[in-house]
Amino acid sequence: MRLADLPFPFESAPGPAAVGFAEVTADQWQATAGRLRSAGATLVALWAADRRDLHDGFEIRAAYALEDGLACLRLPLPAEAPDYPDLGRHFPAAGRMQRAAFDLTGVAPLDPADGRPWLRHGAWPAGAHPLRRDVVARSVWPAVADDYTFVSVSGDGVHEIPVGPVHAGTIEPGHFRFSVVGERVLRLEARLGYKHKGIEKRFESMSLDEGVALAGRVSGDSTVAFAWAYAMAVEQLSGATIPPRAAALRAMLLERERVANHLGDLGALGNDAGFAFGLAQFSRLKEDWLRLNARFWGHRYLMDRIVPGGLTDDLDDAHLPVLARQVHDLADEVVRLRRIYDDHAGLQDRLRGCGVVSNDLAQRLGLTGLAARASGMAVDLRVGRAVPPYDGLDVRCATRSEGDVAARAAVRFEEVAESLRLIGLLAETLPDGPTRVAVPSARQGACGIGRVEGWRGEVLVFVEAGADERIRRCHPHDPSWQNWPLLEHAILGNIVPDFPLINKSFNLSYSGVDL
Amino acid sequence: MQHILRQIARTGIVTEAYPEADESLRATTERLQREVLAAFDGALVIRHVDAGSCNGCELEIHAANNPYHNLEGLGIRFAASPRHADLLLVTGPVSRHMEEALKRTYDAMPAPKLVVAIGDCGCTGGVFGESYASRGRVSNVIPVDVAVPGCPPTPVAIMQGILTAIARAR
Repeated sequence: MRLADLPFPFESAPGPAAVGFAEVTADQWQATAGRLRSAGATLVALWAADRRDLHDGFEIRAAYALEDGLACLRLPLPAEAPDYPDLGRHFPAAGRMQRAAFDLTGVAPLDPADGRPWLRHGAWPAGAHPLRRDVVARSVWPAVADDYTFVSVSGDGVHEIPVGPVHAGTIEPGHFRFSVVGERVLRLEARLGYKHKGIEKRFESMSLDEGVALAGRVSGDSTVAFAWAYAMAVEQLSGATIPPRAAALRAMLLERERVANHLGDLGALGNDAGFAFGLAQFSRLKEDWLRLNARFWGHRYLMDRIVPGGLTDDLDDAHLPVLARQVHDLADEVVRLRRIYDDHAGLQDRLRGCGVVSNDLAQRLGLTGLAARASGMAVDLRVGRAVPPYDGLDVRCATRSEGDVAARAAVRFEEVAESLRLIGLLAETLPDGPTRVAVPSARQGACGIGRVEGWRGEVLVFVEAGADERIRRCHPHDPSWQNWPLLEHAILGNIVPDFPLINKSFNLSYSGVDL
Repeated sequence: MQHILRQIARTGIVTEAYPEADESLRATTERLQREVLAAFDGALVIRHVDAGSCNGCELEIHAANNPYHNLEGLGIRFAASPRHADLLLVTGPVSRHMEEALKRTYDAMPAPKLVVAIGDCGCTGGVFGESYASRGRVSNVIPVDVAVPGCPPTPVAIMQGILTAIARAR
């Protein structure tokens, strides 16, 4: 389905990312969701905003990915009764996003399947909504009791294993509630929100220029993806066009981020299956990779390099042959290690058939990104109608059909190879010219949306400009929103000791969704 | 098997190779080993708690354990239980939703105990600051011995922070 097939006019945003904005009625909101669902479109993100200070009540927005671009629908809601038709019945992924939107703004879906809080634990009471405009960011509510009800499973021999928020390793905090019989998992329920640190409220105290630093820290392992998506949104709302060299360099950074994370995960997957050799080898390669980042870009994880208008620094063309050589050498190393992984019977025994997400389930629940590609869904923003420079790179989408841990590892191997090819190609064809342009001043109320295929999947950032080049509203969306619920399915029928392996094969972000 | 052995032989021991002759790493490593040996009888155990970070600092803590930095080779090990730990490594501004879990982890550690706050957020609250959802710096919640700035701090800086905490405790 295309934007033009929808029965209301879209205002298309300027710039390379195909984004259309439309205002809808409650009936259209609901009917469109049904139509989009049956046409195979996906819900990318959902968020709400308080506009009572503009005498405009509240609003809820939903962003859908259509064949020819992104449709961002806005439903205005009255101040006295800000509720809207539930999207969860059409798009299960909407459930948690709606719960988070309610916790933060008080905007509620009608008759949702699950009305429990999501981001609100004990830091603010029921009835308070910190993202409302009349709440001061520094206001602190006294802690309230946190009485979350998990879905309980009963039956002969069923017991619960609570895990977290503090986990056994060096990883982010969250709570997992397993219901098991013996070693087999009957049900897993994740509870997140422990890292909620008020990111969206913080954005509202920043200027459009300052916001990029915070965007780059929504999820530190995806700093390039978020910074680029944020910059793309600001460039869109202010009508700036970045030079070709800036686009090419941003893509180079994004692919370097993808390679770094995939190398880390491939090592960790080996380790979680008892193959410490894999961790040693891949973390060595990752370290070499990060050191070159530090040498050429001044930061191991490439934070704060992308800004609205381009990049802070140019790349010295004298570095290009070094980059090309590193890419070539690493490709050889990864091929060698892949052969070892593939030939290792003990390792493959752990990876294959473990943590399966079928293609049917993936489609129904809206799996996205890398994990979706491992379940046979060919979704990748860099393929097809892509923003520069990807429109000219002919990116190959890595897919697998098995949907198990082995498939998610295989997709990573293939994506490392493809990213290395892309970096080599970008280095060879790097256009001359400036790497940064001045960004025209933004009109108050102008909105922009940036979308970037980060290493986990689609990262989306929505920005609305306020007065005086400030941020009025910014919503960063991590693909982990879509994928966390699928992890709960992937573990079913598997044994508890395989959970770390299955979890790692998704490697979802906590910070990116807790906000 | 032969491919694995060949790859191990080809790689060699990178821990001592220091490809870019990182003097600060060499100095840190040697002093760390000496101090751990003297103060902790050769084995220091760390418990890490992410109290609300962006996950950047965790990447660098992992990197401190890679073959180049090889923290474990110095007798420094990460434990799953705070009851086994000598030192608590805390990342992030402390989110209000993690405040209780952080305090409980700290309380569960046997005395004497050391706390190292990692990263700009751990030191000052960083870009997130203090708000309805964030308590900011780690020392707003539990006593901190050493704070390591950086966003994120490099593995060497993290190792130096651990070293400083041990040396001060002696």
